[in-house]
Amino acid sequence: MINLDLIFPEIYLSLSIMFLLMIGVFKKNSENLVYNLSVITLVILLALIVNLFSINETFIFNESYKIDKLSSFMKSLTIISAIFVMISSSTYLKKLKILKIEYPILILSSILGMIVMISSNDLIVFYLGLELQSLALYVLASFNRDNILSSESGLKYFVLSALSSGLLLYGCSLIYGFSSSTNFTHIASSSSNVEYGIIFGLVFIIVGLAFKISAVPFHMWAPDVYHGSPTSVTLFFAALPKVAALTVFIRFLYIPFLNLIDQWQTIIIFISIASMIFGAVAAIGQSNLKRLIAYSSIGHMGYALAGLASGTNQGIQSSITYITIYIIMTLAFFSCLFMLRKKNIFYEKIQDLSGLSTNHPILSIALLIVLFSLAGIPPLAGFFAKFYIFIAVIEQSMYFLAIVGLLSTVVAAFYYLRLIKIIYFDKAQEKFETDHNLGLKITLAISISILALYFLYPGILNEIVSKITII
Amino acid sequence: MLEIGLGHYLTLGAIIFTIGLIGIFLNRKNVIVLLMSIELILLAVNINLVSFSIFINDLGGQIFTLFILTVAAAEAAIGLAIIVVYFRNSGTIRVEEIEKLKG
Repeated sequence: MINLDLIFPEIYLSLSIMFLLMIGVFKKNSENLVYNLSVITLVILLALIVNLFSINETFIFNESYKIDKLSSFMKSLTIISAIFVMISSSTYLKKLKILKIEYPILILSSILGMIVMISSNDLIVFYLGLELQSLALYVLASFNRDNILSSESGLKYFVLSALSSGLLLYGCSLIYGFSSSTNFTHIASSSSNVEYGIIFGLVFIIVGLAFKISAVPFHMWAPDVYHGSPTSVTLFFAALPKVAALTVFIRFLYIPFLNLIDQWQTIIIFISIASMIFGAVAAIGQSNLKRLIAYSSIGHMGYALAGLASGTNQGIQSSITYITIYIIMTLAFFSCLFMLRKKNIFYEKIQDLSGLSTNHPILSIALLIVLFSLAGIPPLAGFFAKFYIFIAVIEQSMYFLAIVGLLSTVVAAFYYLRLIKIIYFDKAQEKFETDHNLGLKITLAISISILALYFLYPGILNEIVSKITII
Repeated sequence: MLEIGLGHYLTLGAIIFTIGLIGIFLNRKNVIVLLMSIELILLAVNINLVSFSIFINDLGGQIFTLFILTVAAAEAAIGLAIIVVYFRNSGTIRVEEIEKLKG
């Protein structure tokens, strides 16, 4: 008999999605109720997942589903950030009049997809999780449906993401054919002899996954989609799908294809270097903050991949630390963005920040900390994230990767510092409104204090992450 | 008499896959054509999976195919809905005119 306790969180989440859908259908004007209930659902889900933290590697459903330290950590990270995304963006949704019952339900279903993806140990399960996540995200991107930018971003995301799923599937079919199994563990045992079919499939899968985490040269959808979607959805895009896709990256590279490390290492190093350089250079000319953060996230994904390229447990752990801190920085940045509001209009241009410090000193200090942390200036959390990556990379004597990473950090620092200059030294503008809701304030306060005080207790995160061993 | 083997099916799959890819990148006219190209790519994958499944005598591939068919249907439905929403806002679905987001 299968131990259903292990997938109780997934069962609970899918049942509550259906329950919330029923409430939304049968009760009139229940948007706020459904929204709050789905936040509560996520909190309970987090408790259920944390409950599974002590479990060591366990397989269920004919080895197609895997619960281990990596999956529990990444699932909790996903859900915690989803909770903060939800509580920080409720005012935005209300002001834009796009708070409908479908919105929280779509977010919940994409989270269900991510959770399934994170735990998958089989090509079919992985594909189903990925599609459940993407189908919900297509709709979310075009959620502000009377706005041409939003619907265009949804259309672009749909076409390019469906194309990347197609490439990924073609890779899956080749791997299935040449290793005669869809199970990761079985693929691992049959990929020891290097066959061209399997390498071909591996390349297709890496391309598909690089699309999902928007790494160069498969990044072209990211700036447009980030720009066009409603800001709350952009925050969701910038944070959650990357966690799930990075986990799947770790699983694919280090379980079925560990024997092919010579083949994929070069590809990952190339993608990582290209993303770091492109993310740093292309962001310089941007005038929209959401576009800027899209390029910055491309660069950050480059660093996270650099950790994976090292091929050691230390490298994987540094990547996991990096993505955790990246998510905290994203949450902090977007909470600041949600605060730039005057009479129901949200401002997202760089020049709207000009002279922010004269009227809003606290918000400016928060932005200062986030931007310094994104640039990687000590003693903020962003510095340590990059530091661990570079240590892991240098220990494998991949000096070129480390040098390119350092140089692109310097280039990227330029546009972060330019924002700070605009905030502190340019001409002041009309005041923004200051009546923000509690959730937004809490999100900003928590994320900023983690970023600023991480250096006092780095051991808390490191200890949890150091328990995740893959190889 | 020519014996049709795994290689022939894989070649057919690869050809259909390439047609789908080219359709996405060279198409400048209509978004509906993009939808059809995506569908072609998924069908190529299905041909691959089914022929592999027959030749290595394992049912997993055919089950995978059924899942892909289902997901492809859902994807086409969502894609058409997004196209309708886009058409309402802009009045056109020509690919070369989808360029409001630039920078």
